[in-house]
This record gives sequence, C-alpha cells and structure tokens, in this order.
Amino acid sequence: MTTIRVNGVDHAVDVDPRTSLLDLLRERLDLKGTKKGCDHGQCGACTVLVNGVRINACLSLAVMHDGDEVLTVEGLASGEVLHPVQQAFLTEDAFQCGYCTPGQICSAVGLLAEVAAGQPSEATADLDGPVTLTDAEIRERMSGNICRCSAYPQILAAVRRAAGAAA
Amino acid sequence: MSTVRDWAAPNPVTENRSGLIGKPVDRYEGRLKVTGTAAYAYEVETPAPPLYGHIVSSTLAKGRITAIDTSAAAAAPGVVLAWSHLNVPAQAARGTRLNPRSQRASNPALESDRVEHYGQSVVFILADTPENARAAGGLVRITYAAEDADLDFLSSLDLAGPAPGEEDARVGDFEAGYSASEVTVDDTWFSPLQNHAQMEPCATTAWWEGDKVVVHTSIQMVKGGQHALAETLGIPSDRVRLFTRYIGGGFGGKGQAYDDLTLAALAARESGRPVRVAYTRQQMFQATIHRPAVQMRVRLGADRSGRLNAMALEAVTHCARNAPFVEHAASFARNLYAAPHRLTGHRLVLLDIPHAGAMRAPGEAPGMLSLECAMDELAEKLGLDPIELRIRNEPEVDPDNAKPFSVRQLVRCMQEGAQQFGWSRRHPTPGAVRDGRWYVGMGMATAIRGNFLLPAKAGLRLTGDGLATLTQGMTDIGTGTYTILAQITGETLGLPLDQVRVELGDSDMPPAPGSGGQFGAATAGSAAYETAMVMRRRLSELAAGDPRSPLYGEDPTLMDFANGNIVLGNRSESLAALASRAGPEGVYVEGGISPAADARDWSQHTYGAQFAEVGVDSVTGEVRLRRMFGVFAAGRILNAKLAKSQITGGMIWGVGAALTESNPVDPRFGSFLHQDLGGYLAPVHADIVNLDAVLLDEADDKANPMGIKGVGELGICGAGAAIANAVYNACGVRLRDYPLTPDKVLAALEAKGL
Ligand code: FES
Ligand code: FES
Repeated sequence: MTTIRVNGVDHAVDVDPRTSLLDLLRERLDLKGTKKGCDHGQCGACTVLVNGVRINACLSLAVMHDGDEVLTVEGLASGEVLHPVQQAFLTEDAFQCGYCTPGQICSAVGLLAEVAAGQPSEATADLDGPVTLTDAEIRERMSGNICRCSAYPQILAAVRRAAGAAA
Repeated sequence: MSTVRDWAAPNPVTENRSGLIGKPVDRYEGRLKVTGTAAYAYEVETPAPPLYGHIVSSTLAKGRITAIDTSAAAAAPGVVLAWSHLNVPAQAARGTRLNPRSQRASNPALESDRVEHYGQSVVFILADTPENARAAGGLVRITYAAEDADLDFLSSLDLAGPAPGEEDARVGDFEAGYSASEVTVDDTWFSPLQNHAQMEPCATTAWWEGDKVVVHTSIQMVKGGQHALAETLGIPSDRVRLFTRYIGGGFGGKGQAYDDLTLAALAARESGRPVRVAYTRQQMFQATIHRPAVQMRVRLGADRSGRLNAMALEAVTHCARNAPFVEHAASFARNLYAAPHRLTGHRLVLLDIPHAGAMRAPGEAPGMLSLECAMDELAEKLGLDPIELRIRNEPEVDPDNAKPFSVRQLVRCMQEGAQQFGWSRRHPTPGAVRDGRWYVGMGMATAIRGNFLLPAKAGLRLTGDGLATLTQGMTDIGTGTYTILAQITGETLGLPLDQVRVELGDSDMPPAPGSGGQFGAATAGSAAYETAMVMRRRLSELAAGDPRSPLYGEDPTLMDFANGNIVLGNRSESLAALASRAGPEGVYVEGGISPAADARDWSQHTYGAQFAEVGVDSVTGEVRLRRMFGVFAAGRILNAKLAKSQITGGMIWGVGAALTESNPVDPRFGSFLHQDLGGYLAPVHADIVNLDAVLLDEADDKANPMGIKGVGELGICGAGAAIANAVYNACGVRLRDYPLTPDKVLAALEAKGL
C-alpha cells in the first residue's frame, strides 16, 4: 500500500510497481490535468511538484512516493481564484493547444521557488550570490518544458508577470 | 451564389460598433486549459471503467509477416484480447466508400500480412491496465520475410517521376530567358524530413451505445474522422458520433484518422467496454505522417538592374509508395515575383517509408527556404540590398495568372519591418561584424501563403436566459477558434462576450471543414457570421410579428442589435425576452458560407517580411538566434493577442527548420533516426530570444464578408530563410543543406580558412 497526499487529499493505493507517478495520477486518481507528452522525461508535460520540487512524473514510479506530498495543476487554484501563475498564463496567452500548459505552469511555480531559494542554474553568473530573475534565467529554467505551439515569448512574459505578482 | 460584391457592404463585423472584433480578449477555453480541466481525447469521462489498448509496431520496412505468435500475450495477466491480421474483426476493404457523400474511404487496421513501412501497426493488445497491455505487447513474437525496399531519398533521386496528374507550370521560355540573362544564380537546396511532434500523441476513447459508436479522438477534421471510421466499420455515418473538443496540437498531422481510432472502436465493440488507445511518442514519429524532404534546384536570371527575367524552381520530393502526397514546394513562387520566363514543377520519388503528408504550410515552408536564399545570392551578385531587389520584382498583378491582387502589402511589410528591426544597421559585407567569438549578421526574407474559403455551416441558439450558443462541427487545435467565433457571434448580435457560448468538435453539429491550410478562421468564422445574420433576421421578424413586442408591426429590415437588445428608434426589447417568448428551446437557426462565385477572379494571399539577427560561434559553429521580427498582413485581425500567438509560433517553427529539425531515415531499417523528443530537436525555450511580430491593418473584402484571412501558417513561411541569410551575412558561409547545424557550419568555416 502506498500512501500519498495529492493536492491536500490523502490516498492509500495498492499500485502496480510498474505504474509511473504520472499514470497513478491520470488513471488511478482521475487527475488528468497532468499530461503525458512522451513518457520519457523529454517534454515536461507531466511536470508536478513533489514536496515542493518540480519533477517529471513520468520518470518516477508511484511506489517511490510513499509518504510524499504531490501538487498538480488541479491543486493550484483556490476555488475560483486562479494561482498567479495560472492567471498570468491566461493573461499573456502563454499557450495555444494547452497540452503542455499544466506542465509549464507547475514548472514555473517550481522555478519561482528555486529562484527565491537562491538555487543557481546554468544561466546564473554568480553561483554564490542571490539569483536575479533575468530573462535568460527564465528561458534556461523553462527549457525542460517543450511547447510545440511555441508560445515561448508569451510564457516568458507570463513567468515575469507572475514573478512580479509574487514579489 | 453570392459574389464578392455582396460582401463589400458594411456589416456588423466590419462596423464593429461594440469593438469585439480585433479585441485581444483572453482565450475562450483558457481557464479550462490553465486549470487542467479541458479533457483531451484520452481523458474524457467514460460511462464505465475503460480498458486500455496498446499497439505493437512493425520493425520491418517492407515485406510480409510469415509468422505471428500472440499466444503468450493473450495469456498474460489482465489481457482481454490480442489481435493481429489473423484474427482482427472484419473491416471494409481499404478504399471502400459505402456512404453517399462520404469524404473519406475505409482505412482498416492490421489489414493483412503485408508490411509497407517501419512502424506500421501489426498487433493490438487490450488489457485491464496500461501496464498490462504494454507488457503483453512485449511478449508478441513476429517473423518477417523482408523484401527489397527503397528507403533513402537522396540515393533514389534517379527514381523520381512526375507528380501524378500534374504538369510543370511554364510561362514564356525559361531556358531562352535564363541563358539571355546578364546575372544568374543556379543552386540546389535540401530541406530534410521533419515531424509535427505535436505535444499530445494521437489518442482515442471509444464506447458503444447500442449500434452507435461514440468516439473522442484527437483529429483536426470532424467529418473526415467520422466518415473514415464509418467506412472502415462498414456502417452508416450517422452511427458514428465523433467528438474532438480539445486537441493538443495538430499542425496538419492530425488531419486524418489513424489506427488508434479504428482499433479503439473495434475493441470497444468486441469487449463491450469503453476503450482508450494512445500512440506512444515513439509511434507518433512513424505511425503518423511527416513533412517529406525536398531537394530544390533554383535558377534565377536577371538584368543588371535586378529585374528578374527568368525563374525556375524544380522540386524533387517523396511520399510512401501507396499513399500519394506531393509537397508542393515550388508552387508559391508562381505568385511571388514577376518574371517573364518561368518554370515551376515537382518530381516525386516513391519510397517504402512512413506516409508523407501535410505539415504546417505544406509547400511554402520548405520551398521558401530555397528561393528566399537564392534571391539574397542574386542581390549580392548585383550589389543590391535584398529588400531593394525584392521591391524591384514586385508584380503589378499576379504573375501566375494576371489576376488583380485582392490586397497585397508585401512591400509595406518589408519597409515597416526594415524600419522597426533596424535593417539599416546591417553591414552588407559578410563577416564584418564580430562580438567576441561570435560572428553577427542580419537576414530577411519574404513570406507568402494562400488564403482559402471553404463551404461551412453553423448553428446558433438563443435562449430565454439571453445566452447565444454557437455550435459547429469545427475544431480548435490551439488556433483560437472558440474565441474568435465567440467574438464574431457577440459582435454580430450585439451581445457581450459573457452571453456567448461556443461548442465545437461534435459530428452531430452543422459541419465545417476543420482546421488546416490556414482556412479555419475565415471559413468557420464566416459561417458563424452568416448564421448570426440569419438569427438577426429571424429575431427581427419575430419582434415585428409579435403583438407583445414593443417593436410589433415595425419594418424588420430596419431593426438593429446592440447591448443585448433589439432596437428600432427609441423602442427596444431584450433578446432574452424575445427568445423566452419563442418557447422553452428559444430560437435556433442555421446558416452557412460558400465561396463567392467570382472569388477566384482575384489573387488572394497573406504576406509578410521576416527579419533575423544571429550569432555564429566561430569556435563551435553553433548558430544562435539573437532577435527575430516579422511584419505580416493577413486581412482583418479578429483577436490581436491570439493572432500574434499564431504568427510567432509559426516563426519559431521556422527557427527549428533552419537550425535543428531533421529526421533522417535509417537506410538499414527504414526507421527514423529520431523517435523521441530527445533526438528530434524542436525548439526549446532557451533557443528563442527577443522574437516579436506585428500585424498590419488590413481588410480583404474579396476574401469573405468580414475581410479576414488565416494566420496559422504564414508565420513559418520565409522564417528559416531569414535565419539562413543572417548566417551568411554573419560569417560568409552559404549552406544549402538544412538544418544549419554546428557540424556543417564549422566545416564550412574551416573550408573558408576561418
Ligand atoms: S511525459 Fe513526462 S517528460 Fe514528457
Ligand atoms: S500550448 Fe500547445 S504545446 Fe504548448
């Protein structure tokens, strides 16, 4: 039995050891907001937050998450009020088909937390100082999320807008 | 039949009194997409717990299945059935058309022991869980007898034949004109095979309700999918109800039905349970269509002033042996530049690889990668600025057929683009600008893409709560269809957007041709407009004939619509009141659009100018985009925000085409070298910097009643050529073999002694 808390709800599931966290969410817990674009960790459509850190849910087995706390796109809004990142994506038109969008949004939520915690990236000039959220930082840190509709300029604007709202 | 003259009169959309047309409103279905509640085909709720299908694909390019053993798979845990060609239920023979007016023929899955390409479906497993289905797939044993196959395009060029049913387009005498020209360019370009790589793999959820099958599938064309499945199952079309409400990207690759649809429907019938089937990412590459490679020879002949005297574009491309398709990579040139002596045509090589088909701007996308670079080569030989050369060859009328242009703002696109991009800062000498280890250069190219209007219908219901609901068997593949139809309906009826609903993607709704060829907005939108006009007339007549209406007895042709009311002088009544008196169902009308009888008397295109600045790493040969800017003219814009997203998305596809995207065929197996998103390099976020576009004010009154045109494919046209021209300007390396990857650039730099 695997005990997992998803969007604040506890689940105890008897899960096939081959089941990915992504398939657990989509097929067992009926949380289909998290998308499957490749099932190989190459597109980011399945990005969720596990204990506050963004991961590719397709690259992780469900049974590894006993006791973990998972946040998916369905858990971001408070009732009718969208999470600032969701609202920014809507305002900036940071998507077209919408299939990469839940992953982009979870990724952006994770990114803002990483930057706030001072975690450097490939694009960070000074590894010891605080991280400044430059455009290059956002682009680098969002590059694990492919958008074939190619809404990248709008995604950049949305992350900027959300960062401003959070600041 | 109407004529374009009927379209020229002012109408609610062109008058745009409440300002909904063009307004950058948020995407209609945006809230569902950002909260993860828009249900794509694989995700719809089923009436009972579903079973899961898994497709096993062939590892052979061409030949026969001599033995197939599914017994271990069939006996594996959770497996409900295992089908091969030996035991798949009967389907109509390929190509059968049973239903009158069917738009598609039957397309059976697991049809026979013949294998025609690598990645063809050969076995289907149905199981209780996705894990069990996939694991059972691994237990299937297949023996093949291979046959000789033609797999490699470039080594099969001598097999090229004329494209079926087509002749070369000749104007004047190209050979004579070319040899009499003072300045000439003669070069050959190569644009590789590319994949759509939509983020949502093809998927279907199916179940049966009595003798009727309900399918939710990821497809761009509602009727095409419905008809293909009905023909394959051998049942009347009205026994297939097809839904396609949200589609995770199409780009032409989901214009047709694939085996996921057929097998889900068959398996649901056999098992009596709902069934979900999705292609894996790997299967997407070879079990769906791709853009074929194009080898293009371009010859240009001009006089010293730069006026083109002769122009030839000769394309060789490929398709699957039994699935004819021509990538019309040379055709766009016919409408682009004036030249008295012209030759354009296509040759086709039949290969034993997966099916070639339409991908975003088929024809223009690979074709413009050659001509728009050849024009730059000619400009350099003449000592002319590339924009000046293009302006000197700007035609007065369509050079292909002497038809007048409905509207053509190509020169304005180039001039405004040059100004906003800072083109005057471009150094005409290649290699003149350095930034540390980077060579820096600028390039431009034009963009042209046709505009089309197809017949379409729509339905519109006004209910007593004042809501107008537009219904259409149309799709939104991320293109913004929901949103623009709401804007058109709202503006035409004088209703605020929050009183307009749009429902799409259902084969029971009035039909529209779907999303493709950038005809979607103009076609579906015009049908919505005409239907809203039918509603206006119906409501006016209702009011005029109803003693309870304040407008009773008045002339219905004088009534107007604004702010949710029907109005005449100082008398008015709310649409809600009018609809509620009409009965519990409110008022329902249908309407539609057909092309005008004389629409083709004008040359109708969308245009643009693309500008790029790149850096070329002198050490590694890597090309990095530094900025990109485009100016486009595409008729009246219905939603400034969404149209721009479409355009910039297309430009980014051009970046991919120029720099990273290519999928070579493995000549040993007939498979694609790249079968995942780690190998097939679609642009990622860090590849795209400072990219922007503007759309010029325009209305094309020959296009349709609203003067709108499509924007979905224009953005990719010419975009890659602008980058290739910028690479040349940066470092003097002219590569004609796309994509311009570091290995090729570095070798060329070294060959130049750089
Ligand atoms: S589905 Fe997980 S990264 Fe693509
Ligand atoms: S919105 Fe379609 S893939 Fe990103």
